[in-house]
Amino acid sequence: MLPIENYLFLSLALFIIGVIGVVTRRNVIVVLMSIELILNAVNINLAAFSRLYGDVAGQVFALFIIADAAAEAAVALGIIIAFFRNRETVLEDEMDLLKW
Amino acid sequence: MTPTGYFLSHLWLIPLFPLATAALMLFFGKRLPNTGVSVLCVGSVGLSFVHAAGAVLQLLTADPEHRVAQQIMFEWLTPGPMQMTGGHAIRFVADWGFLLDPLSCVMVLVVTGVGFLIHVYSIGYMGHESGYYRFFGYMNLFMFAMLTLVLANNMLLMFVGWEGVGLCSYLLIGFYFLKKSASDAGKKAFIVNRIGDAGFILGILLTAVTLGTIRFTDQGLPDSSGYSGILQSLKSAVESGALGSGSHVLTAIALLLFVGAMGKSAQIPLYVWLPDAMEGPTPVSALIHAATMVTAGVYMVVRMNAIYQLAPFALDVVAVIGAITAIFAASMALVQNDIKKILAYSTISQLGYMFLALGVGAFAAGIFHLMTHAFFKALLFLGAGSVIHAMSGEQDIRKMGGLWDKIPNTAKTFGVATLAIAGIFPFAGFFSKDEILGSSFDRYRSLWFVGFITAGLTAFYMARLFFLTFFGYCRADEHTEKHIHESPRAMIVPLMILAGLSLIGGWIGWPSALGGENRFERFLEPVLTGVLAETGAVKIVHHALAKEIFLMLGSLAVAFVGIWLAYELYSSCRIAPELVAKKWPRLYQLLLHKYYVDEIYDAAIVDRTKDLGTGLGWLDANVIDGLGVNGAGWLARFGSTLSMWWDKWIIDGLLNFSAKMMQLLSYPVRLLQTGMFSSYAMLILVGLVVLLAYYGHHVQVLLRSVR
Repeated sequence: MLPIENYLFLSLALFIIGVIGVVTRRNVIVVLMSIELILNAVNINLAAFSRLYGDVAGQVFALFIIADAAAEAAVALGIIIAFFRNRETVLEDEMDLLKW
Repeated sequence: MTPTGYFLSHLWLIPLFPLATAALMLFFGKRLPNTGVSVLCVGSVGLSFVHAAGAVLQLLTADPEHRVAQQIMFEWLTPGPMQMTGGHAIRFVADWGFLLDPLSCVMVLVVTGVGFLIHVYSIGYMGHESGYYRFFGYMNLFMFAMLTLVLANNMLLMFVGWEGVGLCSYLLIGFYFLKKSASDAGKKAFIVNRIGDAGFILGILLTAVTLGTIRFTDQGLPDSSGYSGILQSLKSAVESGALGSGSHVLTAIALLLFVGAMGKSAQIPLYVWLPDAMEGPTPVSALIHAATMVTAGVYMVVRMNAIYQLAPFALDVVAVIGAITAIFAASMALVQNDIKKILAYSTISQLGYMFLALGVGAFAAGIFHLMTHAFFKALLFLGAGSVIHAMSGEQDIRKMGGLWDKIPNTAKTFGVATLAIAGIFPFAGFFSKDEILGSSFDRYRSLWFVGFITAGLTAFYMARLFFLTFFGYCRADEHTEKHIHESPRAMIVPLMILAGLSLIGGWIGWPSALGGENRFERFLEPVLTGVLAETGAVKIVHHALAKEIFLMLGSLAVAFVGIWLAYELYSSCRIAPELVAKKWPRLYQLLLHKYYVDEIYDAAIVDRTKDLGTGLGWLDANVIDGLGVNGAGWLARFGSTLSMWWDKWIIDGLLNFSAKMMQLLSYPVRLLQTGMFSSYAMLILVGLVVLLAYYGHHVQVLLRSVR
């Protein structure tokens, strides 16, 4: 059995890649994909700690997050398609309707 | 014994006939053919005449002192309390009732008789005019009003008739209302009459509060009628000493009533409307402005004679005004050239004669002259109408002449009337004029002299009119001359009947000096007795026979002098009228311009009234509009400007100020809101790092405890 640190480092790497993607990329679809990376980093964390303590609750949480991520992706993609039909763009710096 | 009979109990039918046809004409006349209009309108007046004559005949069956028939149709103004001058209240009542006594007998016969003849004449005269039904409608309405006036049993009902005839006079003067002068003349007549009517109504009110009644007499009524008449109230007031001869209040009543008479009967200073009234159709001039309506004032004064007899001062005023009017109007008639204007001034002059008679107390003589004047003046006007008809509308006597052979019937009847008005024996005018002159000779020699001169002037101007119109050569243009023709029979027959009346009409007053009995005055005596035996008017005076004959010869002589002068001037032309005019140019101009009375009235009253109107207009434009209306407008605008300023700078300013402040305060916050979610994500990350850094210690403790 690998020590817990390996799992945590993988999770940390995925999380950082996701955060950098969210902060730096202009394409909203790529941002969405980066958010999936962050969520999966959390899932790995939960699974690792669940294995470490022999408590199944962490894995149940991971399953909930997967379902939640699917729902979130469906809604977000629906918004993006609707937005694209209106503005013919998916670039986030052109999405400034909320700005005063 | 009170007289009775069908006609006496149906007095109300006399004015009703013309009223019915008048209503018919004015509502449906347009659809009736001219023949129907003639039959109805003339027929109704004829029926009135028959009823009037029947009533008079039935009245004559009674003894002289019982010749009064009075009939009350209904209470018109129901009894109401009224304060009398004495302080105690009485119940005031005016009924709609008719009174037939010897005085109204004379009037009703003259009105219906002469009126009927003039209506017949009008069929011929107005035959070619448009508005035929309208003319007869107004004429019948006039007959109704005039009969109400003479048959009324109280002053207020008399006033109704009085106003009614004034209205019809206005309507008929302005019959050709498209002509400006005609409608102006109508207005003038109406307005001048208003002045007199104001006096009349004040007189009625003063009578009511003084005597407590306005009914003329309660003779001929059942005793239970409850209200006494003026005559009886006056008698009891005189017997109790409350009133007496010369009482101020009686003088005031008499003078106020006389103001009314002055307006209606065209006396100085209110005569100016009558000459202008000649703008109306000639039958109107004959009926209204010669025979009937203008004599209403005379009738009214005689009707109120009991009061006048107790007001000697008022009687003197009446006599003087009458005499002055007589001679002034006669002098104005001397130089007029319009045939109808001459007759108009002559009418004023003759009315002055009547008032002279009343003023000297000879009430019967005044009424006698009223009657004979109605005959010959109606004849003169109708004759003038016939002449005008023949001359295709020409009214200027300078353009007439030589008509004697061309229209002989008109000329002969006109001649009879001229002799009658000039006072030649035995024509009607001689008797009545002689009565008046005789009575005034006894009272005031100076007034007799004025009347005497007037008689000469009258003879002169009438002869001048007659000679210029009917003798000499024809001065009309050829076209008119060719058209001269005698009038139709409908016009000639009334002329002949009136000529007969002008000849014999005076004979009923044949004076005792010439072997007669003076039936006329005896007939009227019961209504003229007054309330005091000693003032009781001038009873039928029996002068010394010689004096009476002398007076008659004198007036005959002056009439002949007048006629002779006119003959010399205008017929034989031995004296040229122009030379006479040149000799006294000022006098001639004065007479020709009618003493400038119209001009004086214009300058003194009409123009002043117009000035008042202009002044009030200026006041309206500048003070009311300028200060009031425009000032209020300015004030409102000023106020709204102020409130607008307040709204704009204070209310809106506060709002904008708070909005500006918000904007200013929100500036730093707004900087954070870029609208780009990558920057929001960055902020979230930073926030997370800050949180972790702050709570990192707690996390470590938590992790350690777990391990």
